[in-house]
Amino acid sequence: MDLSAINPVLLVASLMVAATPILLAAIGELVVEKAGVLNLGVEGMMITGAICGFAVAVETGSPLMGFVGAAAGGAGLSLLFVALTQYALANQVASGLSLTLFGLGLSALIGQRYVGERPPPAQRLDLPVLSDLPVVGRILFSHDLMVYVGLALVVAVWAMLKFTRAGLILRAVGENHEAAHALGYKVRRIRILAILFGGACAGMGGAYISLLRVPQWVDGMTAGTGWIALALVVFASWKPGRVLLGAYLFGGVTVLQLNLQAAGLAIPVEYLSMSPYLITILVLVIMSSHRSGAPASLGRTFHASQ
Amino acid sequence: MKKRTFLKGAAAAVALPLAMTGPAFAQEKTKVGFIYVGPINDGGWTQHHHESAMKMVEEIGEDKVEMVYQESVPEGPDAERAMTQMALGGADIIFTTSFGYMDPTINVAAKFPDVNFEHATGYKTADNVSAYSARFYEGRAVMGTIAGHMTKSNVLGYIASVPIPEVVRGINSAYIHAKKVNPDVEMKIIWLYTWMDPAKEADAARTLIEQGADVIFQHTDSTAPLAAAQNAGNVIGFGQAGDMSEYAPSPRVSSIIDNWAPYYVSRVKATMDGTWESHSVWEGINTGMVGIGDITDAVPAEVKAEAEAMRDAISAGEYHPFTGPLKKQDGSDWLAEGEVADDGTLAGMNFYVEGLTGEIPQ
Repeated sequence: MDLSAINPVLLVASLMVAATPILLAAIGELVVEKAGVLNLGVEGMMITGAICGFAVAVETGSPLMGFVGAAAGGAGLSLLFVALTQYALANQVASGLSLTLFGLGLSALIGQRYVGERPPPAQRLDLPVLSDLPVVGRILFSHDLMVYVGLALVVAVWAMLKFTRAGLILRAVGENHEAAHALGYKVRRIRILAILFGGACAGMGGAYISLLRVPQWVDGMTAGTGWIALALVVFASWKPGRVLLGAYLFGGVTVLQLNLQAAGLAIPVEYLSMSPYLITILVLVIMSSHRSGAPASLGRTFHASQ
Repeated sequence: MKKRTFLKGAAAAVALPLAMTGPAFAQEKTKVGFIYVGPINDGGWTQHHHESAMKMVEEIGEDKVEMVYQESVPEGPDAERAMTQMALGGADIIFTTSFGYMDPTINVAAKFPDVNFEHATGYKTADNVSAYSARFYEGRAVMGTIAGHMTKSNVLGYIASVPIPEVVRGINSAYIHAKKVNPDVEMKIIWLYTWMDPAKEADAARTLIEQGADVIFQHTDSTAPLAAAQNAGNVIGFGQAGDMSEYAPSPRVSSIIDNWAPYYVSRVKATMDGTWESHSVWEGINTGMVGIGDITDAVPAEVKAEAEAMRDAISAGEYHPFTGPLKKQDGSDWLAEGEVADDGTLAGMNFYVEGLTGEIPQ
C-alpha cells in the first residue's frame, strides 16, 4: 500500500468535478419537490440534456452554448411532464417514470449522429495570481465554469427559499396547495415554472457529464446519476445545504475509493465500491433522523375545482 | 412495469401465429438473435459484435437470414427474459455476447432444445449451447510490451471491469510483458464492476493518471479512458475491443480488435444446413479473431518492430504469452522454465502473477 501516491489537492479538485452533475440535478429537483411535485424523470431529463448539450456544443463549437442547449433540452422534456401532470392531471410517479424511459430512448435517437464525435474543449478558469496559489489555487480557482455555476445555484436556491417572497410562495404551494390557491396564488403556474427549472438543471447536469467529465457521447451514459440525485434530495431533507454536502460526500467517496484502490489499500474492493452509497445515506439519514422535511403536498395532484 | 407487460404481450403475439403455422413457416428465413450487454454504438465491445453480426448478414444474404437484436440487456435474471422472448419469437440461433449471460443462456437453452445458443467468453456448454471466446491475452502481451517501453514514470494503470478469469488473464499478460522489457514497472489496478459506464471509466482513468500512471490499459468498453488520457497529455492508452482510431495517433497507440464475423458466418451457415454442433472454441491472433490495430508513429520504430515481432510469433505459435519461468503473486511456483500454461488453468485463472499488488476481488 502506498497512500503517499494520493495527492489530496487533486483529490479535492476531482471530487468537485465528480459531484457537480449530481449537485446540479439534485438542486433542480429540490425546487420541484419544494413546489409539491414529485418528478421521477430526472434521469431522463439528464440524458436528454447530455445529448442536446453535446449536439449544440459540437454544432456551434461553443461549450457554453452547449450548456444553454442542455438546459433548453432538459426543460423541453419536462414540458411533457407538465402536460401530463399539470393539465391532464396524470399520476406523477407514473409520468416521471415514463419521462425517464422516453428520455433514454429519445437521447439515443438524437445521439446516433454524434457517436465518436468530440466536443469542443471547455476552458478551465485561469486567474492570473489566484489560480497559481499552492493548494488553494487548484482547489478553488482552477475549475471549469460549471462547477461554480453549480455552487452558485445552491446558494441562490437556498437564499430564495429562505429570504424571498417568491420562496415563501413556492413553499406554500408545496406545503398546502389548497390554501395557496385560496390566497390567490397561481398554483399551476408556479409549479410549471418549478418543473421547468428542475428540467433545465437536470439537463445541465447531464451535459456536464457528456461535455466535461467524460467528454463524449455514449448511449445511456448518465448511468443512473439521476436516480442518485433524486435519492439525495430525500436524504437531504429538502435542504439545499445538505444537498451540497451529500453531493460532495458522494463525489468525494467515489473519487477516494478509486484512489484507495489504485494505491492498493488492503480493503476488499467490494466494500470500497459500495462505500459512496453507504456513507452518503448513513450520514444524511443520521442528520435528518429527528424529523422529515417533506413538503406536505408532495406528489398530490391539484386542480382548482377540487 | 408497463413496458415489460407490453413486451410480454408482444412476444406472445409473435409466438402465437408461429405456433399455429408450424415449423415450415419459421424456416423461410433463418432468424439469428443477438443479446448485447451495451448499446450498439458504445465504440467498443458491443459495437464490434454488432458490426460482425451485420457483416454476417451481408455475407450470407438478407434474403436468407433475418437478424434481431436487443441491446443493453443487464447481466442476470432479466437476460433470461430477453432470451426467452427471442426464442419465442422464432430465433433459430441466439448469440449471447457477455460473460454474465452464461447461466441464463444454459437455463433458457434447456427450455428450447430446438434453438441453437452460442455464448461468448464463457466456459459452460450443453447439447445446444456452444461457447466461443477469443484469446485477448495474446493482444495484451503485445500491448504490455509497448507499455513497458513507453512508460516514463514506470507506473501503468489498468482499469479492470468485473473479476472474471478473462480480465485477470489480461492483467497478468500485460504486466508480465511490460515487466519483461522494463523491470521497474509497477501496475495500479482499479476494479469498476461494470463493463460500460463512461463517467466511472473517466474518473478511474483520471485517478490513475493523478497517481502517476502514464499508460492506461482498459478492460471496459467505452472510449472515455482514452478521452481522459488525451486531456491529461503525455499519457497513452490502447483501443479495447474496437480500433478506437479516432484517438490515434495518440493517446491511442495501438488496439486489440475483436473480429467475430468469420465465426458468426460459419455458425449461422451450420445452423442453416443442419450441421451445427455444440463445441467450445478459443481462437487467437492466428485465426484473426483477435486483431492488433495499427501501431502508430507515437511509438518509436524499434518498439513497434518488437511488438510486431511478438504478434507474429504468437500468431505462428512460436511463442505463448504465459511461458515459464513464472511465479504466482504469493511467490509459489507456477510455470517452470520453458513450460507453457495449459488452457484449463488459463480458463479458470484466478490469481495474479508475482509482482502485482492488491487482491483480486472474489
